[in-house]
Amino acid sequence: MDWELLRDGLSWAMLLGGAAFSLIGGLGILRMPDIYTRMHAASLTDTMGAILILGGLMIQGGLTLVTAKLVLTLFFLLFTSPVSTHALAAAALTDTRTALQARDDGTLAPTEVDLPDDQDALDIAADEAARQSIRDEESRA
Amino acid sequence: MFIAAAAAILATIAMAIARAVKGPSVWDRILAANMVGTKTVLLIAVLGFLTNRPEWGDIALAYTLINFVGVIAVLKFFRYRSLGGPSSGIDDVGEV
Repeated sequence: MDWELLRDGLSWAMLLGGAAFSLIGGLGILRMPDIYTRMHAASLTDTMGAILILGGLMIQGGLTLVTAKLVLTLFFLLFTSPVSTHALAAAALTDTRTALQARDDGTLAPTEVDLPDDQDALDIAADEAARQSIRDEESRA
Repeated sequence: MFIAAAAAILATIAMAIARAVKGPSVWDRILAANMVGTKTVLLIAVLGFLTNRPEWGDIALAYTLINFVGVIAVLKFFRYRSLGGPSSGIDDVGEV
């Protein structure tokens, strides 16, 4: 059994698989019709693309400090990319309040989305009102 | 093989940049910028192995965190029109 060949073959397969996932995700971000479907495509490169490419590099690196750093990179990527994706989706949804939805005849149309009140915006307005009342009081004093 | 992976990542970055230029909304551009950042991390790691200097993983690690903080800051700015945001409550003495 040739372990060297097995190791190289496995890492090459992972690198090529990650490259394929990246390309598909890039194609998706270019061709999808609206922001949420584009985020769906981008998540492909953030998860499988990163896992496969960094995994292939880890196999090439062997049990060294380099591999430890790649593991850390992957760890942080897997924690940060869902957070930024969630923040992006929340920001886009509170801004536009519309998303593409399928109609009965199969075509896509931008549709109003029911959202609860934006609690953060309400907090900002309340803060501003409180500041204003303090300013009024100070100007009276 | 590293060259093939690097070329695929570069092509993906090109497609993301095309989306960032086309827009149409600011959220599309932020999404594309985030994707360029993630792909740059992978590209740095792959190029390190390609040039026989795998220590570049350090740079990739730092870039991951910088990219995350940058995207969150830009998102917060465009959502609340300020970096102060909703966490800047008034305290007991009326100071912000």
